[in-house]
Formats: sequence, structure tokens, C-alpha cells
Amino acid sequence: MELIAFFIAAVLINNFVLHYFLGICPFLGVSKKIDSALSMGLAVTFVMSITAVVSWVINHWILIPNKLDYLQIVSFILVIASLVQLVEMFIRKISPPLYQAMGIYLPLITTNCAIFFLALMAALKNYNFVETVIFGVGSGLGFTLAIVLMAGIREQLDMADIPEPLKGAGIALIVAGIMALAFMGFSGMIK
Amino acid sequence: MPTKSIREEFVKGLWNENPVFRQLLGLCPTLAVTNAVINGFAMGIATAFVLIFSSLVISSIKKLIPSQVRIASYIIIIATFVTMADRFMAAFFPPISKSLGPYVPLIVVNCIILGRQEAFSSKNSVGRSLIDALGMSSGFVLAMLILSSIREILGMGTFLGHQVMGAWFKPWIIMILPPGAFITLGILLAIALQIERKTKSRK
Repeated sequence: MELIAFFIAAVLINNFVLHYFLGICPFLGVSKKIDSALSMGLAVTFVMSITAVVSWVINHWILIPNKLDYLQIVSFILVIASLVQLVEMFIRKISPPLYQAMGIYLPLITTNCAIFFLALMAALKNYNFVETVIFGVGSGLGFTLAIVLMAGIREQLDMADIPEPLKGAGIALIVAGIMALAFMGFSGMIK
Repeated sequence: MPTKSIREEFVKGLWNENPVFRQLLGLCPTLAVTNAVINGFAMGIATAFVLIFSSLVISSIKKLIPSQVRIASYIIIIATFVTMADRFMAAFFPPISKSLGPYVPLIVVNCIILGRQEAFSSKNSVGRSLIDALGMSSGFVLAMLILSSIREILGMGTFLGHQVMGAWFKPWIIMILPPGAFITLGILLAIALQIERKTKSRK
């Protein structure tokens, strides 16, 4: 039961985009069409889940036993960079259609701060293994939810009459603000 | 490539190529830690430190780095300086370090820093890269100060913790919460774009 609450908190309440302001670059850059937003979201979810597992193993089996936890920043970023590369090669071998669909979004994930934050946060909060995995999957789904909703709104916005200077990033940020407002309503769900 | 004067190289970071308002880089920390002026300022300084020293190191060893592995090498250099900044803040300014939390390590993936290395330091001399880094970081600190001042004054009625609004003022709590960050930045971007359009049409 607690784990379910934990999962819901990761998806809705502590939403990575709307609560922690992470992954704003893809959130603004890849949210013009629903289908590309969805593939970006799923690619991020995928990498996040694997990062959560691998960084937990590195942190608890290598860094902490050897008292090297000040190396967390360097080692996590290296793990993420090589992981994204590996995942890219793996998908290209196993499923070329999926690789085509994810295309350019995969390498971009390396610089997505949400992934790095996930590894750091799990280390900081001392989550155990199961919690870390749930945190990773939940946060990834939360990111997907936010970016797909945003894309849906932006497809409608194309038809709207927006003042010239607000076009583009300006209105996107204001829409994100209103979405964040709506998501704050979820915080009453769990104490 | 036309060479710019030293002054132009510095000034471009303040407005024409301001990393936040014009290039939309590094938005995550910009939005996340600007709920109080002191946090925004500390974050700006930490980012400036990392940017200036990474630019110095990378522009001086740019010939030694093979181009295939340059991104990875840049990341390692940046991560080293970020670790230094993080440890330094944790040791000497524990309250600030606590309130910034994991956002200090996140400087590693701040696109302003990697972007400047890729676009500038890897092609220019040490001196020019230093000036460029100084200009860009001043532009970033400036943006952080503007955003955090607006949010702290409207959200809490204070500036750097001192009361600036009268007793009649009811704080807009929303400004220090996430939605306030998005909406303030959206409006600031629109204002920046409008100023740019006005100056362009006058020319």
C-alpha cells in the first residue's frame, strides 16, 4: 500500500517537470506534436528506469562501501552518458522500427537533467532498491504525462490568436504554469 | 568569422545572447531556485564559477582533446568543478547548500556551460574564452537576480529577507510556488522579445 502511494506521489505530486522543474528543455522543445512527445516521454521513462537500477547498484555496492560518495556527481553522469549510448546501440540491434521511432531523441536524453536528478535524489534520500525502481518508473511516467498533455494543449494553441511577443516559449511557459497550478491540486491526495 | 572587440565579446552575454532570456538555456535551475534572492544569487555565482574555470581549462587544452571524445572530456572537466563548488558550499554555507539541495550537482547538465564549451572555448583563445565566460555568467547572474527579485518581493514581500512591502501588502504565495516561476519567466520572455522587436524596428 505504501509503495502504491509512493508511486502515485512520483507520478502526480512530485512531478519532475511541474514540481521540480526538470527536463524543461525537452518539455518545451519536443512538445509541439503529441506523437513525438509520446516517444520522447517513453524513451525518458525507459532510460530512467535503467538508470535508477544501475546507479543504485553503483552507489550501494561500490561508492558507499569504499567511502567514495563524493564521487557521486562524476560517476552518475558517466553512468548516464554510457547507458544512453548502450541503450541506443541495443535498441538499434534488437528493434530497428523502435529505433527509427525514437530516433534523435535518444542521444538527447544524456543532457536531460531529470535523469541525473533521479540518480542523485535516490542516493540523497537513501531509497532502498524497490523504492528506487518505483521512483524511476513513476517519475518517467510523470514526465510522459506532463509532456503529452502539454503537446495536446500546444496543438490547440496553434489555432489561437496569441499576442506576437508571447508566441513560442512565452505562452508555453505560462501554460506550464497553469498546468503546475492544476497539478498542485493532487498534493491533497496523500499526506 | 569577424573578430569582435573584447568589449563586444563581454557585452553580448548581458543582452544580445543572454543565456536565459535570448537563448533559453539553463532554464531548469533558473526556475527551480529563484524563490528567494539569496538562492538565485548563490546559484548564479556557483554556475559562474564552474563556467569560468571550465572555459579556462578547456580552451587551454583544446588541442589535446580528440574530437570524437570531446563531449565526454568536457563533461568530466565540468563535473570536477561542480564537485568542488558543491563541497565548498556544503562546507562554508551549509544553509544555502541545504536549500539549493540537489540543484548544485545539476550544474553539470546545465546546457549553458556545455554549450559555451562547444560553441566558443573549443575554437577560441584562452583570453577570449575567459571574457566570453565572464560575459555569459554575468548575463546568467543578472537573469537569476531579476527573476528571484520579482518572485521574492511579490511572493513574500521581502528582499534578501528584509521587509520591503508595507503592512497592507498580502504576499502572493503562488509566486514562490512552482506555477509562479513558470508564469513569471513566461512574461519576462515576452517582455524581452518585445524590447528586442522595438529596438529592431527603430534601426
